[in-house]
Amino acid sequence: MQDMLVQVEPLIPALRRYARALLRNRAAADDLVQDCLERAVSGWHQRRGDNVRAWLFAILHNLAVSQFRQAASRGRHVPIEEAGEGEFAGAAAQEHRLMYQDVLNKLAKLPEEQRAVLLLVAVEDLSYAEAARALNVPVGTVMSRLSRARERLQQEIDGVAGAPGNVVPFRSVK
Amino acid sequence: MNHRPITEDDLHAYVDHALEPERRAEVDSYLVDHPDVAERVAGFAGQRDLMRSALAPIAHEPLPAELNLARIIESRRRRPSPAWWAVAAMLLLTIGGAGGWALRGSLQTSPAGLTVLAQEAADSYNVHAPDRVRPVEMRASDSAQLVQWVSDRLQQPVKVPDLTTSGYRLMGGRLVATSHGPAAMFMYDDDRGSRIVVLTRRMSSADHDARMTAHATGNVTGFSWADAGIGYSLVGQVPPESLRLVANEVRRQVRGI
Repeated sequence: MQDMLVQVEPLIPALRRYARALLRNRAAADDLVQDCLERAVSGWHQRRGDNVRAWLFAILHNLAVSQFRQAASRGRHVPIEEAGEGEFAGAAAQEHRLMYQDVLNKLAKLPEEQRAVLLLVAVEDLSYAEAARALNVPVGTVMSRLSRARERLQQEIDGVAGAPGNVVPFRSVK
Repeated sequence: MNHRPITEDDLHAYVDHALEPERRAEVDSYLVDHPDVAERVAGFAGQRDLMRSALAPIAHEPLPAELNLARIIESRRRRPSPAWWAVAAMLLLTIGGAGGWALRGSLQTSPAGLTVLAQEAADSYNVHAPDRVRPVEMRASDSAQLVQWVSDRLQQPVKVPDLTTSGYRLMGGRLVATSHGPAAMFMYDDDRGSRIVVLTRRMSSADHDARMTAHATGNVTGFSWADAGIGYSLVGQVPPESLRLVANEVRRQVRGI
């Protein structure tokens, strides 16, 4: 179990960040990460391959998805917390805080599957192959979701939301 | 010079710093010639920076006590593990014979022959599935030889079920000794590394045909049945409702339907 401690412990902050970005609630996100770590401990010897990071994000993502489904079926919603002021300490913090809050709000408008890909790739630095493993989809699906996520978020940012048909996706011949 | 056309995927890989330097340079010069695309790419890069900055503080927060990994490992160590339950089941089996096993593990009563087969499959799973070095004797790449070998030893054509539609890849197999002679064991795993095992062997004439029966020991669950004198048992640490679907698929394939 020593090797597990060495390999998993440094990844916990990133798992927390991903869970928090998906759930937008500190307590709910940390519960999910705790659940994920418990499963990782019990499944450590059954895991396959060397990629611990993709494996952990896969466990966490599956837990998040089943939580979303449960919440949806029970009609319950985890309250969304705005990021606290203390979380952005520093000189330029105040003006940045609103900007950050704004991008997170816009990100939250994306469908869950697009949000997950964007967070894993653009924030958690998973490779496309790792993201595909974590989400259990082909790499091609990761790419198309990533593309849609970025287009849609850009529309939100540019304030032209609500007209997705106007944007012709640019995808040249492979 | 002939360049490969720049694709949408290249643009995203550009934003994510995932391109080889050569390709990156090609995209760079493409963007110089296509300011509209360059603007889009700049937008994507801006989103990325903004999200990273917005979420960065979370990763710098001190970890709450319940996310202390050493503590989670420790608290799990004090709980009996699945392996412990397997040992307990074996002890009961030794003490009480098949009856003890049935009490311990079966979800429903099943023919004695199936119960023994289920035990053998669970034992094989408990011994071989956690093996990181050599879980199987012959790998899936040699599956033709594997089939030949086990068919010879079982004196019976043996079919290896293809469980890719159920999300499991064949890892390989081995011959397993049982009190009823040789049995073929096939091991599969899914993308998460969760392993399942199929054990098959000849049944005694009393158990020529037997309906599919569920069994469980600890969190090792299984389904066993017999068809035309051949017994099959599928076990794994998988919820019974999903394992049943896989068992149905195995049964469908070995029947050749």
